[in-house]
Amino acid sequence: MSAVAALPHRAGARCGRPARELRAVRVLWHREMVRLLRTKVQIVMGLVTPVMFLLVMGTGLESMGTTAGDSFEQFRSFLFPGVLVMATQAPALAVGLSVVMDRQSGMLRQAMVAPVHRVSLLLGLSLGGATCGAVYGGLVLAISGTVGIAYHPLLLVALLEVAVIALLFTAGGMLAAVTIQRIQTFQVLMGLALMPLMFLSGAMFSPSGLPRWLGVVVHLNPLTYAVDAVRRTLPGELDMGGYAGPPQIAGWTPPVVLEVCFVTVLAALMLVVAARRFARRG
Amino acid sequence: MVGGPSARVREWVRGMTVVEECAVRTVDLGKTYGDAPAVVGLDLAVPRGVTFGFLGPNGAGKTTTISMLCTLLRPTAGRAFVGGCDVVAEPHAVRERIGLVFQETTLDLDLTAREALRFHAELFGVPWRESRRTVAAMLDLVGLTACRDRPVREFSGGMRRRLEIARGLLTAPQVLFLDEPTTGLDPQTRTVIWEHLHRLREERGITLFLTTHHLEEAEHCDRLAIIDDGQVEVEGSPAELKAEVARDTVLLRTRDDADAVRLVRERFGLEASAGPDGVRLSVADGAAFVPKFCAEAGIPVLSATVTPPSLDDVFLHHTGRTIRTERSGPLTVDDVGRRR
Repeated sequence: MSAVAALPHRAGARCGRPARELRAVRVLWHREMVRLLRTKVQIVMGLVTPVMFLLVMGTGLESMGTTAGDSFEQFRSFLFPGVLVMATQAPALAVGLSVVMDRQSGMLRQAMVAPVHRVSLLLGLSLGGATCGAVYGGLVLAISGTVGIAYHPLLLVALLEVAVIALLFTAGGMLAAVTIQRIQTFQVLMGLALMPLMFLSGAMFSPSGLPRWLGVVVHLNPLTYAVDAVRRTLPGELDMGGYAGPPQIAGWTPPVVLEVCFVTVLAALMLVVAARRFARRG
Repeated sequence: MVGGPSARVREWVRGMTVVEECAVRTVDLGKTYGDAPAVVGLDLAVPRGVTFGFLGPNGAGKTTTISMLCTLLRPTAGRAFVGGCDVVAEPHAVRERIGLVFQETTLDLDLTAREALRFHAELFGVPWRESRRTVAAMLDLVGLTACRDRPVREFSGGMRRRLEIARGLLTAPQVLFLDEPTTGLDPQTRTVIWEHLHRLREERGITLFLTTHHLEEAEHCDRLAIIDDGQVEVEGSPAELKAEVARDTVLLRTRDDADAVRLVRERFGLEASAGPDGVRLSVADGAAFVPKFCAEAGIPVLSATVTPPSLDDVFLHHTGRTIRTERSGPLTVDDVGRRR
């Protein structure tokens, strides 16, 4: 054992190479982009569900509501922000899923032997996922005219918000991916978590009609603020004539900027936690 | 303690030089999962430029060792140096000096062969422009230039493995680690892979460190370490190891096998067994035994086959069982991430 202790450590491990780390982030982002462009069928399929919600369910409910009463006229434009957020979730979470799979048998296993920090790998993947989500969101934004939302420069602001929301989804997916080792568990968890999160966010209907205890959940749900930020940013009145107003915390309405900041900070926090778990070496 | 401090200094100096000269050097390296030791007191000195094989059954600790050497697992005891760098203290320096080919394929099926290599090169810090040349050269080396723009999804098992070897070599590593490089491939593909590996060593003087439980694969190595239950049983070149066993297998076909068995026992004091293919026995010098037997035996000998010891015999000799005996706990490098 004395010989072991006596063997010298080489002085100064090489560290701090920001250029290399940045390059690693870019490589992983680039790879996601290549994959995105190569799976055009997947893009179309990913857009089918949100478009169905918007044009089929939205139109159906709208006409039903219009027959029954008079305040249901703008249901599709009310639904639009929710559908926009919904469209970003699938590609963003797909990245999380790819992490679970890749770590076992994919490129990520190989990347872990690269002389870069694991945080850079995670960051590259997350940005890639967020960009994919934003692309989907952008495609949905392109059809905003069909539900009576004008093509206005504000749509670009909304696109930025959508990108941040996509990052939130990716960060959530990443956090789950580095915590969960089994693919099946990951898929089940995502399936279980997403539906209630969407329902309790005001994306599909105004949560004001929900019982009080569910209202608490609505206020804790980050998607509430995400959806609301997009809804208030998009041009025109999307609150169904004041019926579906923004969330209020003790009578106070958070400004849009604050809502976006909240989503950003939350995404960043989740990424940090995920990165810490991911960086741990066995 | 004889010599006291001076002996320690001598030890230290020897350790220093060996670390600098060796491609891979481990000192008392160990890994324990909870209470279960996976690798115990491993001392290896792999000179530069050799093909070093780590031979052992599944679950012997081969993969754990390779994972520690590649900085994917943190050792719980001892030290390990790859290319002169400490795997714990300077993992990034080690990573710059090694290539790694996992047992299971770790390719992006959506990318083309060329993209896979270029992304990898960039991840290792080779600038995009510069990587163009290197990637082309590597694709050429493994004979995949013709299908460089096809997605990896369409590749056969052998092509994927070749692409992974090319990827492992992209960054001009000093040591290329291969975990079970030809497991799951058909014999022809296996031969092709080995042709490539031999060429590599000749043209680039690279050190190959591979794990295997295939005896045929072990024959390709310059040096072998036989590992069982986390410990190295014996180390040497395949020829040395076989010479150590020093017993040939002789297969005799005679007119009367039962009589031959009796003769072998009575005249030569050896144990023989009669089987459907003839009389089988183990003897130190088979080539000399056969003429002696023919001269002494009164029965006609139809044929005699002398087989020199195989690596399986070597393994049996040192561990008391054959390598083909399956053991519990198949573990590959790919499992490491899940075994925290």
